[in-house]
Amino acid sequence: MTNNLTDLTVAEIRDGFRAGDFSAREVAEGFNANVAAAKALNAFIVETPEKALEAADAADKAKAAGETLGALAGVPIGMKDLFCTEGTQTTAASHMLEGFVPTYESTVSGKLWAAGAGMLGKLNLDQFAMGSSNETSYYGNVISPWRRGGGDNVALAPGGSSGGSSSAISARLCPAATGTDTGGSIRQPAAFTGISGIKPTYGRCSRWGIVAFASSLDQAGPMARTVRDNAILLEVMSGFDPKDSTSLDLAVPQWEANLSSDLKGKKVGIPREYRPDGLNAEISAMWDRGIAWLQDAGAEVVEVSLPHTKYALPTYYIIAPAEASSNLARYDGVRYGQRDLPDGAGLQDMYAATRAAGFGPEVKRRIMIGTYVLSAGFYDAYYTQAQKVRALIARDFEQAFEKCDLLLTPTAPSASFALGEKQADPLAMYLNDVFTVPASLAGLPAMAVPGGLDSAGLPIGLQIIGKALDEQTVLNAALAIEERSGFTARPDKWW
Amino acid sequence: MSIDLQTVKKIASLSRISVTDAEAEAMVPELNNILGWVEQLGEVDVTGVQPMTAVIPNHQRLRDDVINDGDVRDKVLANAPQAEHGFFAVPKVIE
Repeated sequence: MTNNLTDLTVAEIRDGFRAGDFSAREVAEGFNANVAAAKALNAFIVETPEKALEAADAADKAKAAGETLGALAGVPIGMKDLFCTEGTQTTAASHMLEGFVPTYESTVSGKLWAAGAGMLGKLNLDQFAMGSSNETSYYGNVISPWRRGGGDNVALAPGGSSGGSSSAISARLCPAATGTDTGGSIRQPAAFTGISGIKPTYGRCSRWGIVAFASSLDQAGPMARTVRDNAILLEVMSGFDPKDSTSLDLAVPQWEANLSSDLKGKKVGIPREYRPDGLNAEISAMWDRGIAWLQDAGAEVVEVSLPHTKYALPTYYIIAPAEASSNLARYDGVRYGQRDLPDGAGLQDMYAATRAAGFGPEVKRRIMIGTYVLSAGFYDAYYTQAQKVRALIARDFEQAFEKCDLLLTPTAPSASFALGEKQADPLAMYLNDVFTVPASLAGLPAMAVPGGLDSAGLPIGLQIIGKALDEQTVLNAALAIEERSGFTARPDKWW
Repeated sequence: MSIDLQTVKKIASLSRISVTDAEAEAMVPELNNILGWVEQLGEVDVTGVQPMTAVIPNHQRLRDDVINDGDVRDKVLANAPQAEHGFFAVPKVIE
């Protein structure tokens, strides 16, 4: 049993620990060993094996003393390095924040620790969560544990921005991890690595203590191998926080207890605009299989239309950079992070030198786009227009949900691609988020769940989009797919 | 609407990011590609549409006007590149 503790799901670890099948320490030691042996994946920026052991020992002690155990007692997890963790360096994968050691804990990570989870380390990501392949990190690319079949050793992208999370989970370095999703940063990396991940309704998870990218879009969420594990983590991560002005003051539903893959009476909408000419044939075929699986689970399928879909990406690439240019103005070399002070420089020169040295190329590109679309004379033509189109995109979803209860779509337009393949062209990279961005703009819950492998042996996934606050239907439909896809594939260990 | 080298330098200056001439020149086609692509939004009819600022209806909360935080000066300064006498220190501001 102790040999394969790292193959267990969150639910299995939680239940096995409570039943006394193994100790929390054994589990933590198992994952610590996997983390230490997987440097080739570069999934972690900082490893914290001592934190994982500390939480495990506390769980073992609490259990021995007969105390009430937290929902995640005995479960070690990975923490995306976008969440501020008190006493542990938090960088957002940037040089700008190298050496930044928060003196406070983010609300979401604090909830996870309070529930008994232990931290295996801080997971690598795209710099400031800006990227779809994990190639913009100052701390190097994260490598996917997956490889194409036939002896192909090309390094593949784990997706982004939560690429450290996706890579680590699929390689069994952690049973679950946190992610954040601004335009697809939980769902696309989950799809690329054959795992599940859910972005809840905007406002479910507090943004307090998460390094901000685009505040009207940023949402935290869990990533794990099963739908049930996502439900378990999301319950712990969600909840009202007075420190976040957009936090929803609502009770957290019992998503795990209410999981049911019986979809009788549910209507699944298939948005016709998500099947453009030239859609990858294998992605299209997977979508058809997903439709059949949901019908098999009792759901009725209806075609719906989201007419403004083609404008979602350009809308996103105005709104997200605009908010980023404002949010990232805080990196001034004064209060935290790097400072670059050329000889004889005044304050303004210091700002410009610090930001030139601290930000990577993609971050600079987005700050500058954002600055431009917010600048005098262009604000209405770009930013206000994008906010209006965003309202139309949200209205499309409202009208579609008059005819159905959930939507089924592909998660990404392709399986994982090779590192370096799309780096030369920012626009080609942005197109990766074509299916995930619309739900982000509308603030809706959306989940990625694996469907199967493509002909190259790489995972491809399906996306479920739900009505605002209806995470339960999203999780239930994902469960129905999970039960029918029989997806058990895992990467062969080469690292 | 296309932007030139001078505009790129102006945006960089507004963004407080120093760029070399070579960097600025490389950014001209990059930024033009992206801006040219987002300009397709201009073709959408938005007559009568209010700009969206909040995706999920939520009311702005008020709280009692009492002190509920503070007295953490050293924590606030703990990550400053330069802190002296309980203050953030910066280079000269007056030219």
